[in-house]
Amino acid sequence: MELTTVWFILIAVLWTGYFVLEGFDFGVGMLFPVLGRDPGAGDSPDGATPEDGPESGEIRRRVMLSTIGPVWDGNEVWLLTAGGATFAAFPHWYATLFSGFYIPLLAILVALIVRALAFDYRGKVDDPTWRRRWDLAIFWGSLLPALLWGVAFTNIVRGVPIDADREYTGNLLTLLNPAALLGGLALVALFAAYGAMFLALKTDGAIRADARRIARNVGLVAAVLVVAWLGVVHATTGSATSWALAGLAAVLLVASLAVLPSGREGWAFLLAFGAIGVAVVSLFVALFPDVMPSTTDAAFSLTTTNASSTDYTLRIMTWVAVAFTPIVVLYQSWSYWTFRKRVSGHHIPTTVAAAARQDPPTNPPAGLSGAAAGEATDAS
Amino acid sequence: MEPLNLARWQFGITTVYHYFFVPITIGLSLAVALMQSFWMRTRNPEWLRLTKFFGKLFTINFAIGLATGIVQEFQFGMNWSDYSRFVGDIFGAPLAIEALLAFFLESTFLGMWIFGWGRINEKLHLGAIWLVHIGTVLSAFFILAANSFMQNPVGYTNNPVTGRAELTDFVAVLTNKVQLVTFPHVIMAAWMSGGAFVLGVALWLMWRSQTPDGDQPMYRRAARLGAVVLLLGGIGTTITGDFQGKVMTEVQPMKMAAAEALYETSPEGAGASFSIITVGTPDGRNETWALTVPKLLSFLATGTLDGEVQGINNLQADYELAYSDEALTEAENYRPIIPVTYWTFRWMIGTGMAAAAIAAYALWRLRSDRRLTSRRWLWVSLGVIALPLLSNSFGWMFTEMGRQPWLVFGVMTTKMGVSPGVSNWEVALSLATFTLLYGALAVVEVGLTLRYGRAGAEPAPSESLDPSERDDDEPFVFTY
Repeated sequence: MELTTVWFILIAVLWTGYFVLEGFDFGVGMLFPVLGRDPGAGDSPDGATPEDGPESGEIRRRVMLSTIGPVWDGNEVWLLTAGGATFAAFPHWYATLFSGFYIPLLAILVALIVRALAFDYRGKVDDPTWRRRWDLAIFWGSLLPALLWGVAFTNIVRGVPIDADREYTGNLLTLLNPAALLGGLALVALFAAYGAMFLALKTDGAIRADARRIARNVGLVAAVLVVAWLGVVHATTGSATSWALAGLAAVLLVASLAVLPSGREGWAFLLAFGAIGVAVVSLFVALFPDVMPSTTDAAFSLTTTNASSTDYTLRIMTWVAVAFTPIVVLYQSWSYWTFRKRVSGHHIPTTVAAAARQDPPTNPPAGLSGAAAGEATDAS
Repeated sequence: MEPLNLARWQFGITTVYHYFFVPITIGLSLAVALMQSFWMRTRNPEWLRLTKFFGKLFTINFAIGLATGIVQEFQFGMNWSDYSRFVGDIFGAPLAIEALLAFFLESTFLGMWIFGWGRINEKLHLGAIWLVHIGTVLSAFFILAANSFMQNPVGYTNNPVTGRAELTDFVAVLTNKVQLVTFPHVIMAAWMSGGAFVLGVALWLMWRSQTPDGDQPMYRRAARLGAVVLLLGGIGTTITGDFQGKVMTEVQPMKMAAAEALYETSPEGAGASFSIITVGTPDGRNETWALTVPKLLSFLATGTLDGEVQGINNLQADYELAYSDEALTEAENYRPIIPVTYWTFRWMIGTGMAAAAIAAYALWRLRSDRRLTSRRWLWVSLGVIALPLLSNSFGWMFTEMGRQPWLVFGVMTTKMGVSPGVSNWEVALSLATFTLLYGALAVVEVGLTLRYGRAGAEPAPSESLDPSERDDDEPFVFTY
């Protein structure tokens, strides 16, 4: 097999890895206002805040964050590696794509930045307003990239105007075409359902039951949107193989929703994992051997051969990838194994670090600070 | 402003900003790993408290370094697509390898470290923070290999058929002589930043009156650890910086001449002097007064007191002859902005030296456990944190602006690298977005660092951190 083909496959693998992993991170973030809602908020007449107890909205949100906390950052590195590998293996693809899809990528960057900081910072100050703001960052920082990756990939596969100099000649509105927006919505719904399945698998208690219900409801919407989206994409550019894969993805997604009610959350998640993976693969199969087809003139399309690096560079990169990708997959899997246990409300520590308190005591009397930390609770 | 200038401002702003957090991340991960190793070895709870305290400050800084790092990888393609096309065959590989070898390691094991308290075996947990540090160092290695190619392109050939630079020898790229001196220089400077951070925070906590007396010995330990790391890093930075000066003279003589604003070549045997500080026009053409050390520039540049150092004007004439007939290398002016190179070079050395001097002074002062009461210590503690960070920034400004007008020295000018298809308003929007966002995040980040620094170390946990002694239903030691 030619090295350019090998690298096309490797980049497809990296993007697939990115979507099957960060997909549920995005889903968890998007479900913040739904699954993390304060139960009965507003209908407690005596003004008693419902933010106590293991099923309060705040504890639920922290349970949700705890499921992805140790792993989301590693998941996001799949994107950085996909970007770096595209740069290294297909410089013209990287250059045309990143300069052409400028504004969507800018929005994705902003979203990923605020979301990353929100994860780490939201618990660092014990103040409801502070947390509410970061919760918004988590929600939009998850929804926007999901939407925009859907837009971007639909456009990559269906083609955009590219001139003889390999420059993108469209504008922002060219990218926001109906098919691309459908792709964006499909990914938003798909990842939301996928995130709910992940939560059903990784949590326990009332939130687990709620997650299962939402996975099914959102999953049905997602299935419809995904089938429509894959149909539109493959109708433009698909081959028999890509159609077959798209069909398989749809079957896997439906199967995942079918086994969910019986409580087999692990199977449901795995099937959805497979559905997303196969769907992404079907897009790359439809794309091959182009990497960015031109709608201006097929002769201007970027392909695996005219956009690639030299054989020498690809050979070195292949050695590095062959040697290290298995190691990465191994230790990343091990990290998932380490944090495999379900998280429940009672796992969430209720003590508040002295530094996080509204009025951080700059003067903790020696010997008393331990007791103070012990009796403070998360109730705000 | 045209897209070129906007794109340059964006690269400058996002990179300088990102690089405030990079050396802290590299240096502080080392300090925290050392503290946790001391805890494991001595079981002295003070080391555990320090590990957790500085670990918290480390994660606050890491988060923002990580988040702003994604921009760095994307903006080559977004704003510098012609550069990406031209050098992608060479430049892309280290970036991809950095992600595969370093970013995965850092992020996976940092997640394991942050969430692993009480949930994974203690030795594995200690290993995790060491792997984070190794990941940050690996990351520095590969990104510096990419940068060193821009300073001194090696291991490539210009292919007239494809119209781009193509890789011929990857080992040569990784062992570029600029890389071999820059990598240790940058790592040492990062250790300085981490050590200074620990030293500054600990000194401040020792100085202020609210710190419980019982905690004084603990912060003294931390301060001494920080001072040792800072001082050793300072010595290492000086030595590697000296090597770097000589390599720079060899491969980028214009940068060395610009560092001293040396306009006319100082011939072999005469010995070029180095001005510590100058009063006069900022570009050093007309000095009214200067404190100069005879022959020092010759020594910095060549290692001998009388070595020849080429001047800016001679180099400009040489470069015009060599480069002005090709579009990729043509430039009106092959001189960097002299006031910038002249002053950033001095500020880099001055701030770095001052930080190392503070470390030496603090070590001497901390021999006895006499309380720090003088108000001077407030300024020392704040200053020592800022100095190496400024030094790092000045160093990069000197390196990158001193390379101008080149993007890849001798191969491609900066103006030829910018994205041709990106419009003015797009770059302007992007520049404005990142500037405002980064500004707001700086306020949040500094606020959190102050908040957590001011609170001091939490008391030692009463519960066991050994997972075998913990119940599965117990609350986690830490979660988001």
